[in-house]
Amino acid sequence: MLEVRNIQTYYGNIQALKSVSLTINEGEIVTLIGANGAGKSTTLMSICGVTPPRHGQILFRGEPIQHLSAEQIVSQGIIQVPEGRHIFPQMSVIENLEMGAYLRNDRAGIKADIDDVFGRFPILEKRRNQAGGTLSGGEQQMLAISRALLARPSLLLLDEPSLGLAPLIIKQIFEIIKQINAESNTTVFLVEQNANQALKIAHRGYVMENGAITMEDRAENLLSNEEVKKAYLGM
Amino acid sequence: MDFEYLFELLCGGVVKGSIYALIALGYTMVYGIIQLINFAHGEIYMVGAFVALIITGILTLSGYSDSGLSVLVLAAVIAVIYAAAYGYTLEKIAYRPLRNAPRLSPLISAIGASIFLMNYVQLVQTPDFLPFPELVPEFEFMEPLSRFVSSVDMVILVVTALTMVALTVLIKYTKIGKAMRATQQDMVMARLVGINVDRVISATFIIGSVLAAIAGVLIASRTGQINSAIGFMAGIKAFTAAVLGGIGNIPGAVLGAMVLGIAETFGAGYISSAYEDVFAFGLLVLILILRPAGLLGKAVKQKV
Ligand SMILES: Nc1ncnc2c1ncn2[C@@H]1O[C@H](COP(=O)(O)OP(=O)(O)OP(=O)(O)O)[C@@H](O)[C@H]1O
Ligand SMILES: [Mg+2]
Repeated sequence: MLEVRNIQTYYGNIQALKSVSLTINEGEIVTLIGANGAGKSTTLMSICGVTPPRHGQILFRGEPIQHLSAEQIVSQGIIQVPEGRHIFPQMSVIENLEMGAYLRNDRAGIKADIDDVFGRFPILEKRRNQAGGTLSGGEQQMLAISRALLARPSLLLLDEPSLGLAPLIIKQIFEIIKQINAESNTTVFLVEQNANQALKIAHRGYVMENGAITMEDRAENLLSNEEVKKAYLGM
Repeated sequence: MDFEYLFELLCGGVVKGSIYALIALGYTMVYGIIQLINFAHGEIYMVGAFVALIITGILTLSGYSDSGLSVLVLAAVIAVIYAAAYGYTLEKIAYRPLRNAPRLSPLISAIGASIFLMNYVQLVQTPDFLPFPELVPEFEFMEPLSRFVSSVDMVILVVTALTMVALTVLIKYTKIGKAMRATQQDMVMARLVGINVDRVISATFIIGSVLAAIAGVLIASRTGQINSAIGFMAGIKAFTAAVLGGIGNIPGAVLGAMVLGIAETFGAGYISSAYEDVFAFGLLVLILILRPAGLLGKAVKQKV
């Protein structure tokens, strides 16, 4: 579904991605783990066209997309929930959800999808008219995921959705990611520092260090890999 | 205390504030989205007035002899279209290429664009004051109020009020309005939901220019004369109003403009009209000391 081939991304003169290649197949949950500053977020932003790669190729369903603008990439169904959630702070919960459906025009469908996420996250319905910036961290993460769902993603990119949340909520979030993947056949690319939990729900995983992929395997193999255990699982 | 005099000054202040508000909105909306002080904004206001002057001239020469008000409306519509085109082009040429440059570069470009536009109009028109025709008739129903607000003032108040309502509806309920708010609040996220940020920025310049052109036409028909330099002082005053209200904050710009307009007329009316500008900028200094983020502005959060 998505094929990233040797992309190199720069911030000015600083090279953040040296050469990143990875493949995500339809229906999978693939996780990308790595230390702070490894280049995980940059990889997602490169895929989304926010920091387009200077070299290399990104293919989506076989077509190159690395030269497309961010909104063209969104319109293909590649939707990111960025690190730090990025809720529109002065917009209400409802308005945030509507922004997720910015490129859609089917009013009835949007309405149905909003009801749907309210079913999934009743707390959001209770807060529907509250400004996004006043929600708690966990509520914001739920809203950020819901907003992405409103775009009807075929490939959902999640950047550290568990960051800064309490263990119980983290569990809930991972459960929901699994559900989204299973129910609506949404392919998921999950960036996480919480390697243990991420590898438990993922089919495959990649390990990133200093702007390059250093390891790639089935999730259960990575979970039992000695190096991964030492570096990312704290064992 | 003479309450009639006080009311007269208050009305004058609100009329003045209306003009400032129309211009200040353009500063504040652009700043809210790209953190740029568009110094050439005052010149768009001036260009609006000039286009209206030229159109009224052409209409008069071609023997179009409907009521003055219809001439004014026609001239205003064309001025607005022209100004919108100027604002759009200005952003494309002077600011867009510098979007990722250090912050000082677009600011210098803005000052350059301001000087360019002023001199351009001076060159193709004249540096002298030109008379602007009286197009607003004396409304009969205004007779009892004429001590406080003239017919022109009434037109200014009504047009400003309608424009504010239209702007509010646009920003709150339309797709482009929501996209503008989203872009202002979080530009990266706006791109991630599929908003074409370039288009939003263009739209912001166009809307700001439309408002400024309306102000230009209104003020020209009130003062009865214009020249190529009127944009400078009006621009500085409106910018002051925007800062006063909290730059980037839309209701703040309107509030700041009203406070500024009223402070000026009261200062001029009760103390001395020679010091009008001193009151305006003195007020700015005072408010910035007491409330550095402006009347409605929030203290700036540093992004982490
Ligand atoms: N806007 C930027 N300007 C300059 N350098 C940047 C910018 N954003 C990221 N970098 C650099 O690029 C490298 C990769 O950063 P990135 O945010 O992709 O890492 P990450 O793996 O997501 O880290 P974390 O786990 O902390 O989120 C880092 O060295 C970082 O300092
Ligand atoms: Mg990151």
